[in-house]
Amino acid sequence: MYDLIVIGGGPAGLAAALEARGQGLEKILIVERDQELGGILNQCIHNGFGLHYFKEELTGPEYAGRFIEKLADSGIQVALDTMVLDVTPQREVHTVSRRTGYRVEQAKTVLLAMGCRERTRGAIAIPGARPAGIYTAGAAQRYVNMEGYMPGRRVVILGSGDIGLIMARRMTLEGAKVLACVELMPYSGGLNRNIVQCLQDYSIPLYLSHTIVDVKGRERVEQVTVAKVDENRRPIPGTEMVFDCDTILLSVGLIPENELSKKAGIVLDRRTNGAVVYENMETSLPGVFACGNVVHVHDLVDFVTAESQRAGAAAARHVLEGPAQGDALEVKNAGAVSYTVPQKIRPQNAGKTVDVFFRVNRILSESVIRVEDGEGNPLARYPRERMAPGEMERFPLPKVLLEKAKGGFITVTAEEA
Amino acid sequence: MYDCLIIGCGVTGAALAYELSRYKLKVAVLEKENDVADGTTKANSAIIHAGYDPKPGTLMARLNVEGAALAKELCGKLDVPYQQIGSFVLAFDEADRETLEKLYRQGTENGVPGLELLDGDAARRLEPNLSAEVVAALHAPSAGIVSPWEYALALAETAVRNGVELYLENRVEAIEALSRGWRVTTNAGSYETRCLFNAAGIHAADIHNLALPESFRILPDRGQYYLLDKSEGTRVSKVIFQCPTKVGKGVLVSPTVHGNLIVGPNAEEIADGEDTSTTGEGLQFVKKMAMRSVPSVSFRDSIRNFAGVRAVSDQEDFILGRAAEGFYDLAGIKSPGLTAAPAIARYIVRLAGQDGLALEEKEAIIDERRRVRFQELSMEEKNALIARDPRYGRVICRCETVTEGEIAASLHTPIPPRSVDGVKRRVGAGMGRCQGGFCGPRVLELLARETGAAPDEVLQDKAGSYILVGETKTGNGSSSKD
Repeated sequence: MYDLIVIGGGPAGLAAALEARGQGLEKILIVERDQELGGILNQCIHNGFGLHYFKEELTGPEYAGRFIEKLADSGIQVALDTMVLDVTPQREVHTVSRRTGYRVEQAKTVLLAMGCRERTRGAIAIPGARPAGIYTAGAAQRYVNMEGYMPGRRVVILGSGDIGLIMARRMTLEGAKVLACVELMPYSGGLNRNIVQCLQDYSIPLYLSHTIVDVKGRERVEQVTVAKVDENRRPIPGTEMVFDCDTILLSVGLIPENELSKKAGIVLDRRTNGAVVYENMETSLPGVFACGNVVHVHDLVDFVTAESQRAGAAAARHVLEGPAQGDALEVKNAGAVSYTVPQKIRPQNAGKTVDVFFRVNRILSESVIRVEDGEGNPLARYPRERMAPGEMERFPLPKVLLEKAKGGFITVTAEEA
Repeated sequence: MYDCLIIGCGVTGAALAYELSRYKLKVAVLEKENDVADGTTKANSAIIHAGYDPKPGTLMARLNVEGAALAKELCGKLDVPYQQIGSFVLAFDEADRETLEKLYRQGTENGVPGLELLDGDAARRLEPNLSAEVVAALHAPSAGIVSPWEYALALAETAVRNGVELYLENRVEAIEALSRGWRVTTNAGSYETRCLFNAAGIHAADIHNLALPESFRILPDRGQYYLLDKSEGTRVSKVIFQCPTKVGKGVLVSPTVHGNLIVGPNAEEIADGEDTSTTGEGLQFVKKMAMRSVPSVSFRDSIRNFAGVRAVSDQEDFILGRAAEGFYDLAGIKSPGLTAAPAIARYIVRLAGQDGLALEEKEAIIDERRRVRFQELSMEEKNALIARDPRYGRVICRCETVTEGEIAASLHTPIPPRSVDGVKRRVGAGMGRCQGGFCGPRVLELLARETGAAPDEVLQDKAGSYILVGETKTGNGSSSKD
């Protein structure tokens, strides 16, 4: 019987396991499907990681390396090249690997840290031919950074998510010509710093409110047609531009990887595609926690680390002190706020403050975040200079305010001041 | 000199090869692509039709009903995913209701078992997600769903095991009449045969016209589809048709044997039979029509769009028969061609036999096929398998739980895959919700390793569909840790 089984050895799983160990859990197992720990950080060889957490700029592998080093003498067990096939509500974890075959391990607590996957062409119904040469930005990143191979020479990028922006720069540095970055929305999906450092610095045009309306090429991509879209995101005839290219990279969103959570019967949030979590990152299944991109997609790994440490600490507390207690306030979103994490808060179980994370669904200039209780009483307000969908927001909500909240829920809203 | 040469290895050619492989004949199949089942066979609705659609008395009617029964038997023997889930044809108004009555009469005359007409409420009791607008439905319990490419592959593999020669990447360029037989020249070689069978699908008229005066035309007709995530796979439990139109059976909503939901197709005549592009309007139409039948289909859970091209001809019925001495057309094989394929094969072989082809049965043939589907095994079976071959313990495709062992095994089958999509069609890796985003690079690596190819020589699908274009500046093996 394990105290804790962590599913996924990326940044979330590593930070959670180390924190749980630090808080006194003895028997911890990290299950990782890849042949090494570190998750997606291993292919993120650019720098910019760790500015918040380590106060210095690291590459992805360096960031992961800091945690992997600590693991060495921590007593935490690691099962590499091992796939989790099932998690049951009774916290049995079914694994399969070459070395150990099919096994079922029992755990007192389980921590879900499976990360996310990239949205594909099929999910957004790009019309046209279906030749080779269309890849998600992450798959292309793997080919270039891990395998040492180029997926193409003349590239159009659809979507302006961070991986797409990073790959625009990477492909350019590797000698490819990136012709355009095309974004359906009137704003970028990525961090502003990546727009500047990865597109503008290399004179790669960003076409906002545009999309791909046709792909040509029988065996390999030969041409794409891009058109402007109207406010309903429908292509406007007559605005077509044609690019001769051999590659399309897709950076059109990330989807938390919750197939195991679904099978286990964990309640998911349609807004985040992740589990509904409490203030301590516990899911609807007692003793099962979740953190990182499997809960909601983060922009910065630093925040994944912080969130995962809270989850790891909570798992330790669950084992050592017993289940968390208290009635929960539901956290509702309104106005420009498209979701919140956590979705439920038990004031009794909260620390001094609870960090609430959210994203806005449009660009807001000079604005204010307001928190009200269920009876409409204002609890807190936080001013912001600017908010954008590509940048995750957070604010600390003091426990003393939560204890005052009436009506069984609180509402988080954002609007321009 | 071959006794029989088949041009085209879609489901029709594969079924014919399988049928001929029972006899003491020297048989070969020529296929222009680098895999079997690479045209219409891999991109269609994947339905085994009950047989109420075709006009009674036609070849289509007879071979549909016969083929549906044979398909069930063959899928069992050859380990092809098949489920007899039944079908509904929906009526939304009085005119539709009359169509259902006509289909009921046709079906009864064609010998379709178990047909029944239901009112809207009875239909909704069986299929709760049907639209409230549905006023009646024709229920055909013998309809089924199948994996069409695995069906054709299983037939072709079994034929090869029984001695049929398969030549891939052989595009027919010329056909000449010999004093007794035919000489077929391809981009890769020359083949002489006594009997020639034209099962070239979209290109059947072109092949016919290489040897003989024109006698029919193929009018390629494209259909576009949505494939939805498994989370939508139980939205309906039967194949849900709308009333048929002139070119097709309307837009359907159906589970697939792989657990997804398929929605489509539309119908559009196109000039180029190889053009399997989708279009914004086509997909929009499919979506709109499908929601008429099942309003709650969640298109947000789409994982892939694709299009296939029907080999519709200028004639109403299948074109099956002797076009010249020793030259047989199997052409215009539109729907229900997938269903009818094994019956078409038997029909043509019988015909060739009457014309003098010696049909002497072999003493023994292989008539079974099994492959490991790791996901479907019990825990004990999984463990036993991994103990025997540890590669079955390494999951490559996480969406469909496909192991390295299954992929490696596919490379040692009678018709090994030559591309990443070839692996997908054989073992399902890359068919799931992430569409190969995760396993694509790993399958590529395995293909390169097992076949001795360089990574940038590995193909996505057809010849020329290269995935990588060369090494990076720092080259192969550059490590993320540097």
